[in-house]
Amino acid sequence: MDVLNLKGTDDTPTIVLNAEEKVFNISGRSLPEDAASFYNPVLTWLDDFATTQSGVAMKFEVKLEYFNTASSKLLLDIFSKLESINSNNGNSVNLEWYYEDDDEDMMEAGEEYSELVELNFTLKQY
Amino acid sequence: MSNLEDLKNAATPLNFIYKLHEGMMSKNLKLIYEGDFSQDILKAVLSMTEKQLESIGEDGKIKKKVFNIMVECLQNICKHTEDNKIKINHKSAIFMVGFENEEYFICTGNPIKQENVELLKMKLAEINNLDKEGLKALYMEVVSRGAISDRGGAGLGLIDIARKSGKKLEYSFEEMEKDYLFFSLLIRIPRN
Repeated sequence: MDVLNLKGTDDTPTIVLNAEEKVFNISGRSLPEDAASFYNPVLTWLDDFATTQSGVAMKFEVKLEYFNTASSKLLLDIFSKLESINSNNGNSVNLEWYYEDDDEDMMEAGEEYSELVELNFTLKQY
Repeated sequence: MSNLEDLKNAATPLNFIYKLHEGMMSKNLKLIYEGDFSQDILKAVLSMTEKQLESIGEDGKIKKKVFNIMVECLQNICKHTEDNKIKINHKSAIFMVGFENEEYFICTGNPIKQENVELLKMKLAEINNLDKEGLKALYMEVVSRGAISDRGGAGLGLIDIARKSGKKLEYSFEEMEKDYLFFSLLIRIPRN
């Protein structure tokens, strides 16, 4: 399946989704004004993954420095997709949420997402 | 001949520059931007503020809070000014960042349409009535509620600002000309 590779900018994150290499990550800053348009290719890619892939142990890494509230809703949409990928067609998902050691806000955001979705959620300090 | 006193007393048309500078210094304002707001302006303003905070060696945690709150404030203004695009003279808004008594403050001011005022006042009152836990519950409710509104923000911006600052939102509405009010918002971000 196609690789999704978005290079990060001042206000959008780096995104790599590569089923073959088993690399799934979002990192950097996510402050787009129109988050829905920005994340649309990610949601589409995950839909494709759900219908074409099986037996993949996905480690999905989220390592964001900042994200705006427009992105927060889309992140939840992404995690909901992961929720439906998990335990279907023999696929499994582990979500790793990274936060910088003194960034309580980012840590709490991770905790809140883990309450909103049924996923293996690991909070990792860096 | 060109010492500060002379400059200050000179009745030149340019003395507003000095007055403005003095005003900014006395209010400890780090940055004022007045004009049109767009995503590109947002990036420029963020980058300037970030550099200032870095140059004084501000703590990473505070830097992130200020940055996050600025983003929400600026994107709120962007959304409002888009709503106002029919009347070009109502696109202009003001944004300020300052530091005083161990707290950062962010001020925004922008015209909003009369018809949107009641809803905004209700949102502000609701947010200011909630404590930390209540704000968390409201945030989680709104974020998981489904489709984002036409305005793109699902009303999350103000809730997030209140949560990250840990302070009540201070605001006022001033009468402008017909159909518009000027909405001023002040957010305090304590350093401790």
